[in-house]
Amino acid sequence: MGGYILKRLISAVPVLFGITIIVFLIMSLIPGDPATAILGSYATPENVEKLNRDLGLDKPMVQRYFIWLGNMLTGDFGRSFSLNRPVIDEVLERFNATMILSGTSFVLCSIFGILAGVISAARQYGFADKAITFVVLIGISVPSFFLGMMMILLFAVHLRWLPVSGMYAIYGGGDLSDLIRHLIMPALALAAVATGVVARLSRSAMLEVLRQDFVRTARANGVPERRVIMGHALRVAMVSILPVLGIQAGFVLSGAVYIEIVFQWPGVGRMLVDAILARDLLVVQGGVVFVAACYVLFNIAVDVAQMLLDPRIKT
Amino acid sequence: MSAFLTLLFRNRLAALGAVVIMAILILVLNIPLLPLHDPDVTATADRFMRPFAEGHLLGTDHLGRDLLSRLLHGTRLSLAVGIAAALIAAAIGSAIGIFAGYFGGRTDNIVMRGVDMLMAFPYILLALAIVAALGPGLMNALIAVAAVNVPFFARNIRGITVGLAGREFVDAARLAGMGHTRIVLTELLPNVLPVIVIAMSTTVGWMILETAGLSFLGLGSQPPQADLGSMLGEARSAMISHPHTSIVPGLMIFLIVVSINLLGDGVRDALDPRLRSGALSRPRATTLVKRHGDVPPTTDDLLAIQDLHTEFHVGKRNLRAVDGVSLAVKPGECLGVIGESGSGKSVTALSVMGLVASPPGVITGGAVRFQGEDLIGAPYESLRQKRGDRVAYIFQDPLSTLHPLYRVGQQLAEAIRSHDSLSKAETRARAIELLNDVRIPNAKSRVDDYPHEMSGGMRQRVGIAMALANEPDVIIADEPTTALDVTVQAQILSLLDDLRRERGLAIIFITHDFGVVAQLCDRVAVMYAGRIVEEGPTQAVLDAPAHPYTKRLIACVPELGGGRRELAAIPGLPPVLDDLPSGCAFAPRCNKAAKSCRQGEIPLQGPALRTVRCLFPERTL
Repeated sequence: MGGYILKRLISAVPVLFGITIIVFLIMSLIPGDPATAILGSYATPENVEKLNRDLGLDKPMVQRYFIWLGNMLTGDFGRSFSLNRPVIDEVLERFNATMILSGTSFVLCSIFGILAGVISAARQYGFADKAITFVVLIGISVPSFFLGMMMILLFAVHLRWLPVSGMYAIYGGGDLSDLIRHLIMPALALAAVATGVVARLSRSAMLEVLRQDFVRTARANGVPERRVIMGHALRVAMVSILPVLGIQAGFVLSGAVYIEIVFQWPGVGRMLVDAILARDLLVVQGGVVFVAACYVLFNIAVDVAQMLLDPRIKT
Repeated sequence: MSAFLTLLFRNRLAALGAVVIMAILILVLNIPLLPLHDPDVTATADRFMRPFAEGHLLGTDHLGRDLLSRLLHGTRLSLAVGIAAALIAAAIGSAIGIFAGYFGGRTDNIVMRGVDMLMAFPYILLALAIVAALGPGLMNALIAVAAVNVPFFARNIRGITVGLAGREFVDAARLAGMGHTRIVLTELLPNVLPVIVIAMSTTVGWMILETAGLSFLGLGSQPPQADLGSMLGEARSAMISHPHTSIVPGLMIFLIVVSINLLGDGVRDALDPRLRSGALSRPRATTLVKRHGDVPPTTDDLLAIQDLHTEFHVGKRNLRAVDGVSLAVKPGECLGVIGESGSGKSVTALSVMGLVASPPGVITGGAVRFQGEDLIGAPYESLRQKRGDRVAYIFQDPLSTLHPLYRVGQQLAEAIRSHDSLSKAETRARAIELLNDVRIPNAKSRVDDYPHEMSGGMRQRVGIAMALANEPDVIIADEPTTALDVTVQAQILSLLDDLRRERGLAIIFITHDFGVVAQLCDRVAVMYAGRIVEEGPTQAVLDAPAHPYTKRLIACVPELGGGRRELAAIPGLPPVLDDLPSGCAFAPRCNKAAKSCRQGEIPLQGPALRTVRCLFPERTL
């Protein structure tokens, strides 16, 4: 068990390297001179040269990569010129908010998605199945940002049940119940698509499993039908549902961008969009590497869960 | 192709999706012909006009521009960009996939490692990074969306290509001296093209959504040019005061994506052959019962199958798997049921406790009485309480019939606890005792094994232990030894025989092997095409088979030390069950068949306990 986790962690090292290389290569795609791109075409040559030196752009590419990598390993992601503070501080602060949002969405999409899929499969072609299939189709087809906007219109503007945007009330608030009130709409809007995807997959995984012989054995033993479905069949179906949950985790983590914009949520996504529009590339670079690395680590957790779930996987 | 289209359009939702997306396409392709306002002309006096206003069907936006015109132009742009991104991603991704899959080895390894790296990113993040580097703009958004979807195509197409590259026709092309380029273009590409098309049909909706998303963030199309995403993004600031400017483009994106998804699902379903056979439907908790005719009266047997009819309804075909079978066992008795594959013996056995997979199985007539009580059509809960408790099953392949992820002890415990409320410790003790009963060595440690950690013989013993868990009155063993080698088979048979004698169990033993029947069974029934053709005490049937089919079946059994006797295979095949000939179903394969054999019903007749369904039996009974 411990050995397996260690092995997976070690195997993640090249992936993490790959991520930094890819991000680095993408950032070197910048057409023309990056310093000019950042400062605009009216910048004085001295300023351009100074920025180039500050960014280390006067050195060869390979050397630049290793300097950047070395700095990151010591926690130095550079300094944001638009925010005038270390990138890592900004990223960590924002990441907290993103984790609250996408973490909640992930839990929601896992629970509701699997539940909907299981009910759908158990009642195949019945009313519940048709209703769920219909809702799921709408869920995976509606853009999350549009859904978020419509939710604001309905629940915040017309019904006045929930706050329009933000993470905490500006005056007062700041406690958990305030956070939850602000979290409900963005978390649901973000979870909609992922829930649909998980529900679809869970349904087909369950249908696949329910046809297998061991289900008949359980029934022949007189195991109650509820146990057959929620225990025997779901347990095996989880083996194919779990990897999809891993993919959906990446989806809610990065899809949070739209929701953070719509709901003014102070997360990494909004930071990235602002940084892109301000051409603050160090923030983009650092933010992307940080989130991608977290996602890689999360996927290791998924693999470990997979191993715990399926004793046939050799550790 | 036309069959494919028929299938696609039989799916009404897919057809609806196709119609909607076609309508949208026709509309935007004919924009120059429509009497529309210029989408970019502003008129600040006419800001935020509501829908259905004079001259502006959908109203105007925050700069007084005609929304209908902007909507159609935006839709055209969104569709064009989304489809272009899909084409680019498909072309590059498929090229990479074919390249890696065709050359294999180290090339494959390196390329796919790179693809895996790209897939390690949450992909919207990757798209953001690309746009960050290239700068905001619709073209750059298109490149970003295409780029993040390349790995998906590369991986899918590589998988297909690897399978194809090892096939004979590729080898043949290579031996014929074709170059790599030609092999790829003329042999591989035509075969992977359908897969590429399916992958595109399922992803194009996503790509439209993703480009719209980037534009929504202000990173895609730049003003005054507007696609649906940037229309929505611009309208957001006025969303609360003038929601229609947001709702119009938002609904359009939804409409496009939902119809593409419907169509994509339809395409996938039409191409997936499993759906056509209905194999993807899940079996219900009990077999469907639609009984016609009278229910036979009660008998005093322990378990009596009376005039049972079970059919499989597949599409318009009705396969009569069990066609009027009657069998009965008394306590301590072992009844063998023998026949070729497809003779209906397993379906008969599964019908007893309503375990025939349904759909497609339907019990259409007869009764199954356990201690006089009819089980067919009994309420689920009463049936469940008898399953495993009064009537238990042993199935053929213990690897697939045991739960793969539960320890055998857990599975035994659950079988017990479904009927008795014992404590955890008690059930565990009972589980170990059961494993001991079926002579599993080290039962105490074996109880914590997973099925995959056991040998085939061990697993079958677990299957038997499970059947014994609640000390049932009847065990139905459905070919329990077929998957095992001969020595293990002999052990299992003697085990079953001991248990029967010790506990007074009644056993119905399903097999296709007369050797096994001879060892274990008191009586035997021979089945052919869903009917019993001969029944009697085992020894009597073996010594003097009356039905020509039984005689041929016995002649098929090779005899050890019997010299180099010619094994007499039965010519021909069992009949198709939805097209049974009238009269004797075996007549087409029988060398004694006469005209009268093919006319009318032939009854099962003879003295008590020794019957045959034949007009010209091998010997009179």
